Amino acid sequence: MAAGRRPGGGRIAVLKTRVIPTMLYKDFGLVKGTGFDSRRAVGNAVQAVKVYNLRNVDELVFLDVAATQQGREPDFALVDDLADDCHMPLTVGGGVRTVEHVRRLLEVGADKVAIGTAAVESPEVVAEAAARFGSQCVVAVVDVADGRVATRSGAARHDLDPVETATRLAGAGAGEILLQSVERDGTMAGYDVATVAAVSDAVAVPVIASGGAGSFDHMVEALRAGASAVAAGAIFHFTELTPAEARDHIGAAGFPVRR
Amino acid sequence: MPTVAVVDHGMGNLDSVRRGLTDAGADVVVTSNGADLDVADRIVLPGVGAFGAAMDRLRGLGLDVALERNVIDAGVPFLGICLGMQLLATTGTEGGRHDGLGWIGGTVVRIEPTAEDPRVPHVGWNEVDPVQEHPLLDGIAAGADCYFVHSYRVACDDPSHVVATTPYAGGVTAIVGRDNIAGVQFHPEKSQRVGAALLRNFLAWQPAVARAGVASPC
Repeated sequence: MAAGRRPGGGRIAVLKTRVIPTMLYKDFGLVKGTGFDSRRAVGNAVQAVKVYNLRNVDELVFLDVAATQQGREPDFALVDDLADDCHMPLTVGGGVRTVEHVRRLLEVGADKVAIGTAAVESPEVVAEAAARFGSQCVVAVVDVADGRVATRSGAARHDLDPVETATRLAGAGAGEILLQSVERDGTMAGYDVATVAAVSDAVAVPVIASGGAGSFDHMVEALRAGASAVAAGAIFHFTELTPAEARDHIGAAGFPVRR
Repeated sequence: MPTVAVVDHGMGNLDSVRRGLTDAGADVVVTSNGADLDVADRIVLPGVGAFGAAMDRLRGLGLDVALERNVIDAGVPFLGICLGMQLLATTGTEGGRHDGLGWIGGTVVRIEPTAEDPRVPHVGWNEVDPVQEHPLLDGIAAGADCYFVHSYRVACDDPSHVVATTPYAGGVTAIVGRDNIAGVQFHPEKSQRVGAALLRNFLAWQPAVARAGVASPC
């Protein structure tokens, strides 16, 4: 897949590279952990949305990381509250197992719905949601651990190749791939650049790289590997760095960003 | 305060549109009852999803007739958002050919990826470049970034209906307009300050053909 937005291509593209804060939610508070485990509360979700809103963030991803593990449905009332203060695009995931879940999340204010475990275990939900609501609002989550696909917040491991899985889900109708690294989550050690490159090359839908961002240079590495957007959690929760500064940095590296 | 009917055809993120219009100063009624359109000062048709399914729902609820009666016959100011803009076209081609409302001559076609823009859907913030003046764009800088998320685009038959374009995959129609009818491919309700300005402009818009008694904002 050619990458029109790589620097040096001789073209000033105008579709902006997105920097997406990821909010992980578990049991009534935002959390941030390492390796998809041992999460610490980092505050109230609604308050966080208000702050990101003030900061003109490009987009937000909100993942209810415990829903599938606990066998819960998505928390529709919470998403309704979050969306009330969200004047920016909002992707919501966690516990999404049916097309009805997708419909209800869109109804309460999600712009896109992320489907992870269910997408891998029963991909027809991706196809059905895309047929009904359009590919543009269906995000398939591909979690990667030890080079293979994981589900259930990293607790379940599958003998599946991430590139093949992402290709299959894009083919089923997913309009974006949220590619997350389980091992790198929260480590701030850098994205899994090799997998980002392999998946970005294989699919024709946008790829959001997630897991491991510890510096703005890490974001540039993922974008050079072909990601259309970079998601990050810990770097924004536990450092003084802001999404606006991230945009400035990757803009200086030659990627188009929103000013 | 103008009353805005937001047409609910069971597909899409109506809450965000309701909030965006409320913040812009409207008294919003989200409705799937055509009679509510008859007493609205302005009408907004949002929506995500498949073209044919959306038209089927509009027809099943009698909303196509109510829209025609108010927007075409009575001249009520109208804004279509995303799929709601695409439904203005003559024909949709998503999953077979489907008749649209036909208010803006044209066809809705899938965005064909190019070497420079290889990824579809078109997702993210992109420039809205006006090709003509329009009251919706009052005070909004040319090239302002708005949020897009779509796989199809409107190919207008009549270039004079194209108000703004966006440079992606050979060009995307960003805003269409004629008379009291406008449509935006991007999501003003998700486009932060620029989108809020556009929604305020929509509430202030006084197209020449608007029906008598349309309230001005504030």
